[in-house]
Amino acid sequence: MLYAILCYNDEATVEAWPKAKDDAVIAKRRIVTDKLAEQGKLGPILRLMNTTAATTVRYGAEPVVIDGPFAETKEQLLGLYVIDVASLEEAVEVARGMAGRNGDGGSGAFEIRPLRAFIPDTVKRETMIS
Amino acid sequence: MTTDLTWIDTALKSARPQAVAALLRYFRGDLDRAEEAFQEACLRALQNWPEKGPPRDPAAWLIFVGRNSGIDDARRKQKHVALPEDDSLTDGEDVQDDMAERLDGAQYRDDILRLLFICCHPDLPNTQQIALALRIVSGLTVAEIASAFLVSESAMEQRITRAKRRIGEAGTEFATPGAADRTERLGVVAAMLYLLFNEGYSASGGEAHIRQPLCNEAIRLARLLLRLFPSEAEVMGLTALMLLQHARAAARLDEHGEIILLEDQDRSRWDAELIHEGLALLDKALRHKQPGPMQVQAAIAALHARAAKPEDTDWPQIVQLYTTLERMQPSPVIALNRAVAVSKAESPEAALDMIEPLGPALANYFYFFGVKGALLQQIGRDDEARVAFDRAIALARTPAEAAHIRRHLDQLSKTA
Repeated sequence: MLYAILCYNDEATVEAWPKAKDDAVIAKRRIVTDKLAEQGKLGPILRLMNTTAATTVRYGAEPVVIDGPFAETKEQLLGLYVIDVASLEEAVEVARGMAGRNGDGGSGAFEIRPLRAFIPDTVKRETMIS
Repeated sequence: MTTDLTWIDTALKSARPQAVAALLRYFRGDLDRAEEAFQEACLRALQNWPEKGPPRDPAAWLIFVGRNSGIDDARRKQKHVALPEDDSLTDGEDVQDDMAERLDGAQYRDDILRLLFICCHPDLPNTQQIALALRIVSGLTVAEIASAFLVSESAMEQRITRAKRRIGEAGTEFATPGAADRTERLGVVAAMLYLLFNEGYSASGGEAHIRQPLCNEAIRLARLLLRLFPSEAEVMGLTALMLLQHARAAARLDEHGEIILLEDQDRSRWDAELIHEGLALLDKALRHKQPGPMQVQAAIAALHARAAKPEDTDWPQIVQLYTTLERMQPSPVIALNRAVAVSKAESPEAALDMIEPLGPALANYFYFFGVKGALLQQIGRDDEARVAFDRAIALARTPAEAAHIRRHLDQLSKTA
């Protein structure tokens, strides 16, 4: 079974960590993730940039592009895409293209966040859901 | 309960701008009272939080407790009434339920902007604006600020006291700013934060490690501002500019604290994460098509950051950006920077022609003579170069600047 582990913490607090503390936290986590990688049980690791770098495409009748992170609480996180494009403009176009394709006139949002770090996976491809 | 209480310090530090800003509003612009009330609230937090855990919204807790303690304080001074029981003030959950509806984001936002803006009073010299922001908004101690500015603690104490008095005399505008006012205030505050950043960034030698925290603080405040005003392209530009420049910090000085010019820096020592975040923010800002000086400067920094080798630098584009910047903010210093870019994009001769008319305006400017000397040296006019370098040394403000010019002079005597 594939699982995603989503990381939550107070951004302003984490951002205030000195580099040494940040490195120490990552190092501690690597004790776990390195072991998983050896066993072929580690998927991609991503670290998101600050929410100040976020742009949200809200969709309903018409997609609307909003600066900042997704801020509503009545919706839940359902999934994510990782894309490799040249600019935010292109990423926004991708999100716009996917917006409103539900066909039921429903609403929702895509929050676009640049990645701060991306470590590709060690899990064998054939185990992935197709 | 663990004994590690650093989380409280961190929480207090990050809640400070919001809490002090709101308290300033409650106390109608009385800075000292707002600060005292915040201190009092911090003391109560230190008593309460270790046992009860952090409140859901630390800033709201501190504002509520600070406001009451401030009121108590005023009452006590008047009538010597005893303080109410602690429990009535400091029960975290009740406090928050009570406050939640009354404190909305928009008001916080204008509070913090106001707090930063009053530090930028036009009568205050730049250094006092920065010192005041560090004291009031960031909560650095007078001793910390004094050491960052390389002055004695008592001198800094005096400066801050004078600056506060000046602000008190001027009075504070509490009306909610309109959109145009808000944008103007943001521009003034952004410029002050960039000055704060540069105060740390221009440090060299033994000062460098003392003043580096100023850069971190400027970036922290810029991020805060951006979180409050997420659609302001210039605030994105400011944050991007700082991140892109800060990314070069480790490569900027050699082991003796001497300045290493951009073209001689070891680019592998630039911080790739900061560069990527800076580029992402600039990209986001440019989508707004509301150009401003911060974005243009960030775009220049981005072109440097994107060049893997100095010779990959897109100098013609940098010339264009400096031309745009000069149109927005006419200044001989920007013209000088444009000339440096022209010397790379075209020729040192073209650059020399450009800087000639700047002479009178920049007669006491170290960089003017440094640039002039270097340009003259490049085209073999060594005697004139030497005169320019001598003048630069006389105007150097730090030993590192003087040492840098001396290296040029050494090269000249070798070729003579």
